[in-house]
Amino acid sequence: MFLAFLQSSIRFSTIFLFGSVGETLTEKSGNLNLGIPGIMCMGAAGGIIGASTYVEAVGTSGIEAWGATLLPILFCLLFSGLGGLIYCVLTATLRCNQNVSGLALTTFGIGFLSFFGGRAKTTGFSTISNFFTLSFPIGDSPNWFETLFLSYGCLVYIAIIIAIIAAIVLKKTRIGLNLRAVGENPATADAAGISVTNYKYAATLIGSMIAGLGGLFYIMDYLGGSVEYSIDKFGWMAVALVIFTVWRPNWAILGSILFSMLYLLPNYVSVSFAEREVIKMIPYLVTIVVLVITSIVSKRESQPPASLGLSYFREER
Amino acid sequence: MAKPVAVQMKGISKFFGEVVANKGVDLTVYEGEILSVLGENGSGKTTLMNMLSGIYFPDEGEIVIEGEPVVIRSPRDAYRYKIGMVHQHFKLVDVFTALDNIILGEEMPRYSVTEHAAELKEEAERPRYVIDNDDAEAPVKTVRAADTKAGRARLAVRTAMLPLVKFGKKLKFNWLPKRRGQKAREIAAKYGFDIDLNKKIYDMSVSEKQTVEIIKVLYRGADILILDEPTAVLTPQETERLFDVMRNMREDGKSIIIITHKLNEVMAISDRVAVLRKGEFIGAVNTSETSIPQLTEMMVGHKTELNIHRGDPVGCEDRLVVEGLSFTDHEGVQKLKEVSFTARSGEILGIAGIAGSGQRELLETIAGLQRPMKGTIVYHDPSTGKDENLVKKSPAKIRELGVRLSFVPEDRLGMGLVGSMDIIDNMMLRSYKRSIPVKIDKTHTVNIPLVLDRKRPRQLAERIIKDLEVVTPSTHTPVRRLSGGNIQKVLVGREIAAAPTVLMAAYPVRGLDINSSYTIYNLLNEQKENGVAVIYVGEDLDVLIELCDRIMVICAGRVTGIVDGRTTNKETVGLMMTDSLSAKDSEEVAND
Repeated sequence: MFLAFLQSSIRFSTIFLFGSVGETLTEKSGNLNLGIPGIMCMGAAGGIIGASTYVEAVGTSGIEAWGATLLPILFCLLFSGLGGLIYCVLTATLRCNQNVSGLALTTFGIGFLSFFGGRAKTTGFSTISNFFTLSFPIGDSPNWFETLFLSYGCLVYIAIIIAIIAAIVLKKTRIGLNLRAVGENPATADAAGISVTNYKYAATLIGSMIAGLGGLFYIMDYLGGSVEYSIDKFGWMAVALVIFTVWRPNWAILGSILFSMLYLLPNYVSVSFAEREVIKMIPYLVTIVVLVITSIVSKRESQPPASLGLSYFREER
Repeated sequence: MAKPVAVQMKGISKFFGEVVANKGVDLTVYEGEILSVLGENGSGKTTLMNMLSGIYFPDEGEIVIEGEPVVIRSPRDAYRYKIGMVHQHFKLVDVFTALDNIILGEEMPRYSVTEHAAELKEEAERPRYVIDNDDAEAPVKTVRAADTKAGRARLAVRTAMLPLVKFGKKLKFNWLPKRRGQKAREIAAKYGFDIDLNKKIYDMSVSEKQTVEIIKVLYRGADILILDEPTAVLTPQETERLFDVMRNMREDGKSIIIITHKLNEVMAISDRVAVLRKGEFIGAVNTSETSIPQLTEMMVGHKTELNIHRGDPVGCEDRLVVEGLSFTDHEGVQKLKEVSFTARSGEILGIAGIAGSGQRELLETIAGLQRPMKGTIVYHDPSTGKDENLVKKSPAKIRELGVRLSFVPEDRLGMGLVGSMDIIDNMMLRSYKRSIPVKIDKTHTVNIPLVLDRKRPRQLAERIIKDLEVVTPSTHTPVRRLSGGNIQKVLVGREIAAAPTVLMAAYPVRGLDINSSYTIYNLLNEQKENGVAVIYVGEDLDVLIELCDRIMVICAGRVTGIVDGRTTNKETVGLMMTDSLSAKDSEEVAND
């Protein structure tokens, strides 16, 4: 029972993990992208479009593993990258307010998913989904190790690998040092010869693509190929998770599992409707508590990037 | 001068709109010397140096290095010509260590796969460990990396990774080595900097941050260092240590340009002094052949007549008596030290001093925006005749008590006006608590709570526009769209309309053209004739001497003297500003 709960929590945590790692990368460049929920929707829409295009091209009988997985992923990256590009053009080039642009992008993304998701032909989606959920070969009665570590589809492992790579890049490489400098103090980074705009674009685009994979995972893996529109709520939890993990992608791996455990808990314990709703609030409450604690402790490393949410003008003194 | 020329600036001019920052400046810097660039505030010292370091681009003139005219468009270009500048506001990332700040943005050496492969090969041949058994018979055997299975496998993987590594380097994706910045440590040791480079910037004191900045500039290979007012934030001991380091750098053949207005430091450290006044180059002299009075004269120049009308003081009661005021800001820097003075009604008290000597803090303390550590501010209320102590009263409480104190903050759009609101709304910032009066019958009016009275602010706005000749399309134009002079008029007009008994104005003519300046002077004089105690903080000594009845001079938060505006001269005030007047002289001045 508990094993099943843990297993499905780890599986479900992938959607939060993609979202929060993407958002962390974006925020490290000083862009507070509140459009992440919308971008996850756009990623999901991209996956749906990619899958239906593929099915249309090869027919239901011709679906093969590589095409069925790679084409939706490619379209997902394309569309979520497009969302990130819109955000970047608005905030980094045109210097619009980041919060307003992000919220507008979220609204846009939700509509985008409803529009394309509602029109898409979903024939063959369950076959495609089977390729996404294909796990390591484990028997019918797996032991606990196999259940916990080997029973997931490819995207779960990709998410964890991306989170670890992101953490290493941010902490250990020169590119990460430069990116953090851009998010902390763009004027200093600019004076040191780092292109602030390029870093903001790159971080936001890559971050958006990673977050978009979360939407794809939800549709293709978790739901088994059926289309649902309410992905934005997971996006908001991912944004909360960024704060919860104090801008650290490696902590996000555990944080996302915790969040998904809290989210799924009502399904595994018998509770009344009211209790169920209260349990669902816990992730947000925990985030608020973490915010309070980090601001009381006021350790400088656990603060948000100093220029988060601010546009950078070189001429402004 | 036998020394070779490091850099030469020829006929450099820079204009900001109509304001001339530099005009035809010729400056030569020699190798291995410490050159002071001396001048008052706004004399264009920092602008000139910013052109050398790539922040600004000169409008006229050329910069010559090694006989060739060069173009410096960015700090990066400047580093190419080995010029580096330490700005007054440090450019450091707080959450990084000093070392990471120093290596930030450093260009990596070009990467080549063949070199890397050769390195790997060499590593394979290098002996990794030696097998030397206790058994004397067995031969001593050297094991190379390529001899063991694991070693061969590791080398094979690393060789296979070469193309990936090359691609990563192209993306500037290289690892931060654990022992990075060895060169920075060497530099610190060489010039005698005493600093822990692994410390985070936010844990550092101001002088340590400055040290990091200097090391950063040296690390980038600068041979010409420009320091912008480096001693402004340092204690005397720290200054002494900085000077020692500067002398070490001079011994090493580096040229150092130090921007300053402190004459005693100029005499102590520099080899040569270049003096700027109002954007123009006055001359360069060898420090050993000059004296403080000569430099002061070069710096402030001869008196120019301005013909500001100055009436005799009227009334002259004590209005504001400040005693022993001390103030320390949240960073622990003491901004005011035992400041005592009296502002009298019907006269203009000028406050002269180098920018940042505590003028702003003084005015803010009186206005109730800052809490002083010590001292009293006694206000004599002319309507009731009572004395009120203003210390520890909030600005709102000061108003409630009927103590009328108007304040034109230094930063017009930051603290005085809201840029995106129109003139009427800005007038309402002083009257937003007043609600709209409604007449019930002929004798009674009732104020409707929460509904704002917009009528009187509108009338006030229209009156100010008409009286002060504010150029604006309408009363509904956001104030930030007005020109600087008009913004200033709106602000001063509003403060005067509150019918103050004490009017404090900090740099009210900063950035204004001549005509607007005279409008402001006339307004202040009018207030004086109406019996208002005017406190005027200015930077132009000519204006201070022509406008003010008395001039208080402060230096580093301390009052260095109060002189009569009618009898004093620029040299005296200039010397007092830098606190280089000897005790005997100041006694004489006081007796005047």
